[in-house]
This record gives sequence, structure tokens and C-alpha cells, in this order.
Amino acid sequence: MDSIAIVGVAQTKYERRKKDKTYYDLVYEVTRDALEDAGLSLDDIDNVITVSNDFLDGRTISSMAVGEAAGGYHKNVSTVEGDGAFGAFYGAMRVLGGFKTTLVVAHSKGSEGDMRYVTNGMFDPVYQRLLGLEAVSSSALQANAYMEKHGVTEEDFARVSVKNHGNAKNNPYAQLPMDLTVADVMQSKRIADPIKFLDCSPVSDGAAAIIIASEEYAGKARTKPAWIKGVAHCADAYFIGDRDLADPKSLRDAAQRAYGMAGIREPLEEIDIVELYDAFSYMEPLWLEGMGFCDPGQGGKMIDKGITTMQGSLPVNPSGGVLSAHAVLVAGLARIIEAVLQIRGDAGPRQVEGVRTALAHGINGPCGQSHCVWILAGNM
Amino acid sequence: MARSVAIVGTGQTDHKSHRPDVNGREMIYEAVTRALEDCELSIKDIDAIVIGNMDHFESINYVDTWSVEGSGGFMKPIMKVTTGGTTGTSVAIAAYYHVASGLFDRVLAIGWEKNSESDTTAAIVTCSDPIWDRFSYSGAIPSLATEATAYMQKYGATQEDAARVAVRDRTHALNNPHAHLRKPIKIEDVMSSPMLAYPIKLLDVCPRTDGACAVVFAADAVAQKIAPRPAWVKSSAVRHTYTWFGDSTDYNKGLVSLQEASSEAYKQAGITKPAEEFDVAELYLPYTYGGLKWIEDLGFCGPGEGPQFVAEGHTDMGGKIPVNPSGGVISTNCIGATALLRVAEAAIQIMGKGEQRQVPDVRLAMATGFGGCFWSDVVILSAEKP
Repeated sequence: MDSIAIVGVAQTKYERRKKDKTYYDLVYEVTRDALEDAGLSLDDIDNVITVSNDFLDGRTISSMAVGEAAGGYHKNVSTVEGDGAFGAFYGAMRVLGGFKTTLVVAHSKGSEGDMRYVTNGMFDPVYQRLLGLEAVSSSALQANAYMEKHGVTEEDFARVSVKNHGNAKNNPYAQLPMDLTVADVMQSKRIADPIKFLDCSPVSDGAAAIIIASEEYAGKARTKPAWIKGVAHCADAYFIGDRDLADPKSLRDAAQRAYGMAGIREPLEEIDIVELYDAFSYMEPLWLEGMGFCDPGQGGKMIDKGITTMQGSLPVNPSGGVLSAHAVLVAGLARIIEAVLQIRGDAGPRQVEGVRTALAHGINGPCGQSHCVWILAGNM
Repeated sequence: MARSVAIVGTGQTDHKSHRPDVNGREMIYEAVTRALEDCELSIKDIDAIVIGNMDHFESINYVDTWSVEGSGGFMKPIMKVTTGGTTGTSVAIAAYYHVASGLFDRVLAIGWEKNSESDTTAAIVTCSDPIWDRFSYSGAIPSLATEATAYMQKYGATQEDAARVAVRDRTHALNNPHAHLRKPIKIEDVMSSPMLAYPIKLLDVCPRTDGACAVVFAADAVAQKIAPRPAWVKSSAVRHTYTWFGDSTDYNKGLVSLQEASSEAYKQAGITKPAEEFDVAELYLPYTYGGLKWIEDLGFCGPGEGPQFVAEGHTDMGGKIPVNPSGGVISTNCIGATALLRVAEAAIQIMGKGEQRQVPDVRLAMATGFGGCFWSDVVILSAEKP
């Protein structure tokens, strides 16, 4: 793979409801800020990828609303519908395939819809949808399967929530910085057993943008480039009954291919921080297993041993993760942005010292059916 | 460095207004199976998949993950690319970049739509701003009717001129076993069909179709081993310029997005006289007036010369530049697949697999996509490796 890098990033503060702005206002804001971050102008951008979802926006051809705001006028543009990590991957392919610079921008306003209906739409309309399956109830099935198979406990999950909301206190963009105890999480309202209120990510409004550049153009930006060393995606079976929900095998496949591209053999030793898609607290240990940071069933111990805390050897979600801000579609792109900031040393109070290699991760579909894994590094 | 990329196989369903015998995934499976058979590959040979449709027609969220049983995406990289009517060309261009990037050698592009499961217009009107545009000037027909009226006003084109485009495409469709509408029509039939919005009548516009299309893209050095005569992607360009229908066309300039996209694609491909250099064109013409005006925007003829160019038979089979040997969008319109069908049909012409609809000795072919807010995509395919 040719050397390409992320040279500009921007995100809005994530909030429950951004009443004063349309989502195209948000897209405009992050587009402008990403260009400013990189020290580039719109003329330096030769193509644009927007990320949107017709269900979330309540609008067919949802990309139509944001083309102008994303600077797509008179440019080659396209739209990925799915998490921003996937949209960014298409953006990277376009730079590898001949463009100089791709701007990737994602938005969502969870406040303008009902996430239960939006995520119910992921399920089969004949066999599953009328059962009421949506993001929370399907994830509860996955959390149960995980506990059943490996003896992981609700307290293990609660500790993730405590850690990530605590980390969010260092992140000015996070929606839910909180001082929590395990008891707080355990006593919070039960939404869908074993998932409780404080195991869930919030509904958020927000937008994010990145600029990906070829080696030649990376030098024109004023930022320290975060080089893309590996990126891969993979999808598991569709019907959740056909999957072993406690075995994230599509994540394992994507992670192994991304590691292969980046030349990583021992992820736990070679990766300095992880920003992963923890839409629910149980996802963090399960995804860590899929990424090969520990053996299957050992994810719960990663936090018990303090490995994934800010002081540990592998801080996971220094930003507070998706548990602390969950603008759907934006969240995977936000993981990439957080990884870039860590590599640059620009993460402010949430900075982990000496980050050279970082992993960022996004998901699509129910219960992490499809995963996209990114490896970014400070050295070309 | 970008790699050269070629189309090595295509597959499509036999398009119909209603396919109650299959669900969406099964319909996709039909097209995928045919594409793989066409290039003698198995799904195991496919490294990645790009799929597209329009969410609100079938009301499926996350079609990439929903589709895997039909698309073959189980334990494979798959992503969804969607841009309205231009979805098919957007998917094709995305598959091209998957391969050109050097990351994947054989990539499957899929476009599909099961329009019978939707109320197409009810879904389409939601593309516009909910406050300003949606209740006044949205959907497919109003803006096209405005464009057509302005064109007639400026150049004196008539409804009969437009009807000739429908007759041409529907006549060509008789040669395409996959086409949806395969019944011959005459100019009088178009003229006497019900008026939808002046000057657009029922037979001036595309139907709603159930169907899917799949196209296999492969890298240089791989493609030559798969196909005896691959269709190389020479260039592509996209302009999704507008957000508001009120801004969407400058009636004095024509379809600006198509002018810009085609001139960029021509420049990359070194084309200066399109009507002479292209052997065939598969154009996304959702209505007949586009068949007059947009060929001017593509530079096939000068401004206002579209009606004469069509009437003189230059775009018929055997003409200077046959347009839509497949029967085009006026004969088949499974929306998310429609623009990919244009790319597939252009590739079929280069690969020499067009059977009854084959134009002799095609070296250079063009496909276009149209959609969204008067957006245009252009893809140029060639028998020679770029």
C-alpha cells in the first residue's frame, strides 16, 4: 500500500439535542474546521465522501442535503451509508486510487428521530421486525450469550462504563462525562436484561470530518500526519440466530487483515491505544477479544487488571468512547479522529504519553455484524 | 499508484414490474450468480463487495449487512454506497476504486431495487428539504417537467420530438431479453398516453421495475486471465452539484452537472469528438426530453440540435452513435440498479456479448448516471487498457 495519511480532523461537541443547528450546519462546521486544522483550503480538496443514512435523516437520498455544506460543489463526490469508519475507508481507497486529498464527513442528529424505529429497520421485515428487535434488545441477547459462554459478569461490564464515563471528563467533546461507581451502574434502570441504563450509549447529535492525503499532499498540510498503516472490514451472517454472538469472528478477520497490512504480530505489545465502538459496555471486552488483545473469554479481565485504564499498558477509549457520545455514523469517524489526536500528541487532557501506533474501530449492522479496523501510526 | 481496472463479468435479472416469487436477497442472488457465471468465477474468488439501493423503497436499514445471504458477503468486506438515481454508477465507481487502490483484486458491484414493495413517489419526495422544497417542488417529475418546458420554449422542440426518443429506446428493448417493457410503441402511442405534468406523458417516462444487476471488476494482470476481452475503465467523473431543486438547472446552460462530468471524463480519456469517437452510449435517460437535451450537454451535437440528431437516426442501432441498445431506462428502471445496468450494458458491448443488441466492433463506450438533484455521473469504458 502506498503511504497515505490523515492530515486534518474536526468534530463538534456531542450533545443530546442541537436545537439551533440543522445537520447541514453541522457538516459545514466540521468541514471548515477540518480544513483549518490541516491548514488547507477547499481548493486543495479534490474529492469528497459524505456519510449519511436515510433512516436517521428521515430523508431519501440523504446525501443530497449535505453536498454543498461538505464542499462537494464542482467536485467528485460519493456517499457511504454506514458507519464513518467505512466511509473513511472508501475515502482512503480513492487517495490510493489516484485522488490527492479526500474529505470525509459524517453527521447525525439522533434527536430528530426515534432510534428504536431506526434500528428496528436493520432487522428482517418478515421474521424479526415485529418481534420488536432493535439495537438495545438485540445487544442484550449478545450480552447474555457472552456471559453464558465465558462467565463474564454484569460487574465486568459496569466497570467499563465507570472507566469510559470517567475518561470522558478529559474530553471536551464528550456528551456524558460522569463520576460513576460500579454500584451506580448496577442499580441503574434495567432496559433489556442484562443491559441497564448506564450500560447504554446515549442518543447524540454531532458531526465529524477528516482529510486523507497522499504522501505528496501530506507535506502541504501543517499538521503532523497520522499514517494509515492498515485498514480492513468484514461482515458476519445476517440473522443473529445464525451467529455465535459471543464470538466476533468478522472482527477477528478484519483485525487480522489490518494487522497483516501494518506488520503487527503482537497487538498487545505493538499497539499503544485503542478507540473502539462501545455502543454498550459489554462490547468493549468482547471487541478486545475479537481484536486479539486477549484470548476469548478474557476480555473482562483486561479491565480488572487495569490494562485498559488511562494508567494501564493499553488504554482503551481515552476519549470516553461511544458510551460517552454516540452520534450514529459519526462515532466510528470520531474513533479515528481520537486515534489521530493521540498520535499527534494533540489530545489535551486525555493524551496518553508516547502513542506511536493506535487502533480505531467502527461497526455496522446488528450486534457488530460488520466491523472496520484501522491501524494508524506516527511513523511513515 | 492507481492500478488499471477492468470489468470482467456482468449479470442481471430478467426485469419485471413485480417479482413476488423472490424476496430482495433472492433477487440479488440471481444477479450475482449470473455475473459470476458470466466470468466463470465463484463467490470465493471475490475479495470485496459494494452494494447500493435506496433505503426508503424497501425500508431496509443497513442493506450491506442485510444482504449478505444474497450478495455473498458472508465473512467478506462489504459496504453500502448510495446516492439516489446515480447509485448504480456510484457503486461501479466505488468498486473501481476498491481495485484501483491495490487493496482488492476482484470486487463485486451490486445495484438492486424492488420497486413493487414501495410507493416510489412518496419515498422520493422526501429527498427535499422538509420545510422549503418538499411540498412544492419535489419528486422526479416536477423539475423534469420544468426542464422540458424550458427546452421546448428555447429551441422550439416539440412533444413529438421527445416521443421519438421513447420509440427508439422501446424499439431497442425488443432486442434485450432482460428488458422490462418489451412491447413496440409508436409516436402516436406516446402522444395519446395520459399527461402527467406538461409536457411529460406516461410513455415519456421510465417505469418502476423489480430487478438487480451485478458487475465484477478486476485488477490489471488478473482481469486478462478471467475475461478474453475485458472492458477497461478509462475514466470516470461525478458531479453531484446541487442540494436545492430551485438551483438545479440553469435553463440557459443545460444540465450543467452532465456538461462538467462529461468534459472531465473526456479530458482524462483524451476524447475530443464524442459522437465520432464513442461506438455506443448507454445513457441514464429517465425521460424522453433528456434524450434530446442531454445529448447536447454530452457534446454529441450542438445546443438545440438534439431533436434533429435523434430524428436523423444518428442514435439508432446502425447510426453514428447508437444510444441505449439495451432499451435504456425508459424500458427498465430498477432504480438502485439502473445506472449500474448502464455500466454493465456498456461493458457487454465492449466484451462483444450483446447478442441481438450488439453494436458491431465496439472499442469505446460510455455509461452515464442521473439522479438526486440533477446530478450526473459519467463512466468511460474501453477495449484497450489505459
